[in-house]
Amino acid sequence: MTVSAARAGVLERCGVALREATAKIGSVGRAAWRAVRHGAGDDAYERYLAHHAQCHADAPPLDRRQYYLERQRRKWDGVQRCC
Amino acid sequence: MGASALGGIALQRGESINALWIVTAAVCVYALGYRFYSAWVAANLLVLDGTRATPAMRLNNGRDFVPTNRWIVFGHHFAAIAGPGPLIGPTLAAQFGYLPGLLWILIGGVLGGCVQDMTILFLSTRRDGRSLGKMARDELGPVGGYAAMIGTLLILVILIAVLGLVVVNAMQHSPWATATVFATIPIALLIGVYLRNIRPGRVIEASVLGVSLLMLAVVGGGWIADDATLARLFDLDALQLAWFVMGYGFAAAIVPVWLLLAPRDYLSTFLKIGTVVLLAVAVVWMHPQIKMPAVTQFVDGSGPVFGGKIFPFVFITIACGAISGFHALVASGTTPKLIGNELDVRPIGYGSMMLESFVAVIALIAATLLDPGVYFAINSPGGLVGTTAEAAVQTISSWGFPVTADQMHALAAQMGELSLFARTGGAPSLAVGMATIFSSAFGERLLAVWYHFAIMFEAVFILTTLDAGTRVGRFMLQDFLGHAWKPMGETSWYPSVLISSAIVVAGWGYFLYVGVIDPNGGVNILWPLFGIANQMLAAIALSVATGILVKQGKLRLAWITGVPLAWLAIVTTTAAWQKVFAVEPRIGFLAGANDLAAKLAAGVLPAKQAAIAPQLIFNQRFDAVLTVFFAAILWIVIIDALRICRRVASGRAVMPSTEAAYVEIANDPAVARS
Repeated sequence: MTVSAARAGVLERCGVALREATAKIGSVGRAAWRAVRHGAGDDAYERYLAHHAQCHADAPPLDRRQYYLERQRRKWDGVQRCC
Repeated sequence: MGASALGGIALQRGESINALWIVTAAVCVYALGYRFYSAWVAANLLVLDGTRATPAMRLNNGRDFVPTNRWIVFGHHFAAIAGPGPLIGPTLAAQFGYLPGLLWILIGGVLGGCVQDMTILFLSTRRDGRSLGKMARDELGPVGGYAAMIGTLLILVILIAVLGLVVVNAMQHSPWATATVFATIPIALLIGVYLRNIRPGRVIEASVLGVSLLMLAVVGGGWIADDATLARLFDLDALQLAWFVMGYGFAAAIVPVWLLLAPRDYLSTFLKIGTVVLLAVAVVWMHPQIKMPAVTQFVDGSGPVFGGKIFPFVFITIACGAISGFHALVASGTTPKLIGNELDVRPIGYGSMMLESFVAVIALIAATLLDPGVYFAINSPGGLVGTTAEAAVQTISSWGFPVTADQMHALAAQMGELSLFARTGGAPSLAVGMATIFSSAFGERLLAVWYHFAIMFEAVFILTTLDAGTRVGRFMLQDFLGHAWKPMGETSWYPSVLISSAIVVAGWGYFLYVGVIDPNGGVNILWPLFGIANQMLAAIALSVATGILVKQGKLRLAWITGVPLAWLAIVTTTAAWQKVFAVEPRIGFLAGANDLAAKLAAGVLPAKQAAIAPQLIFNQRFDAVLTVFFAAILWIVIIDALRICRRVASGRAVMPSTEAAYVEIANDPAVARS
């Protein structure tokens, strides 16, 4: 009885540790993915929507495609790439 | 540790040294420079203030002005400043041996280039992200401002021409390279449509797709080269390729950015960061021996890659990687509008340039790990060493760098090329070096694939710079012409777009054309011209910076930007003087023109060369005028800055500072981090 209870306790603790480790890896992975998306500019539209909702809530925001084109147009309006 | 690594290099003079010593020495020099010098400059000269709201915070509009995480800005800024320049310059300068280039990259970088980038970034951040030309006009006066503007336009033209020449030389009579580089165009178009219509703005997906297609293009180029009929289709000579590059540049400048420029830039940025990391890892992993001597006999000016003594030409040849004026344009463009905290100016300005400088060190290693004989065989123009393989190997071996025709043929076969003789411009020899490193680290049997991967990588870089540069040149020209006739200044009026794009393309196309027909390889003429123009721009940037800092009461610390400025002024003026007036025909433009004219008059030139001689003579004289013009612009700006400094020193009135007023950072986290 006591042996099997102890065994169950150990298994329980192992399970908890495993779940915690998975959650930790998951959150680190998600943070890394967010950083990569942010770095590459993949999340630019979402950021724009957040900014728009905060500062210009009265006007409708651009849609995804308009926003992308507008961003490219502004980006390549000056010296952007060096030798 | 840095000292011991440098000591390692010093002790092993005369015998071959390991690349690991060079990497260690470089990393230690950068660490010291960043930890001590940049911190000291930031605290005493610039007086960075972490409580001061940056333009990104004050003017946050969610578009241009957005406070951004410092690592993200670092990545963007590095991607913007690092192009093909730091790969090509060190490769060409390797003709002097590895030591001169290495020392200039390290010392010039830590004390010059990094300081320039950080200072300009700082000044622009304090002025709401104003451009270098605007700061020059506002703070020094109209003379310096216009000089900076004209200088920028000219440097763009020369830069694009020389980069175009590098691509052409890498592709000529190489069906594999040509097919691969051509394939990058439809791939970019496809990604452009994907990013606009299919999945708007999903940059990561599109880039992964694009990079996989590029890899396929590298391998597929090999299949095309193996098929006799298809190979003939892509076996083009230099002149055909030059016309193609011009047509491409014109098309790229007039189509919308989303179609070609934006997707190409995403692809090249992904490739750039990936390849640089891969190369650095592979160099450390393989730690190859450096085979080039520390210093070669060509320091006397007789070098085959380009003519001219070690002083001043090593400092002209390696611009990007040590100090590059072009960076001042980028550092006063988008980056200052993204800075989230003024203290970030140091890691972003100084740090990004340090990393670019490290890329230059890696490129130098890739060039010097080749057998010197092989290096010279690839980089020496046929007009100098002889156009047949036998003649070339004989000339090069007679310099004390033994190489055989069989060795070159075997190497070309391994790389999947027909010939590697006289492939000037630096790209092919760098690609051979990179392929050697990669294949020894990641699989011997893929040598040819790695070689063409490296060529594709450089071509993608270069074509991005070519697109972006032609477009910027077009905008500048339209702005200029708009003063004369209003409609020309409208950037979306089609006739104006076509005319101004055609003028810009004709400008660089001319230099590209002459570079291609020149039997001595146009790189010999164009790269020094580009170096002079780039260092001139750096000197202009440092003059503007010094002038502004002196106005702000930093006269006693003015040497921080003043010493690199003085050095560049000496180097650029000496180089310009020698390029114009030297009596050696390979160095002086005028002597070169006269020499050719005399030969033409005496009738000693073969018919083919006699036919193009008048164009080459005209071009050399034109280059001489251009060089004088560069030097004149440079000294106008320096004298203008000195005038400001003298007025400040004697307490007379100067133009008021345009620095934005101090605003304390709001403690509202929603504003501080968006």
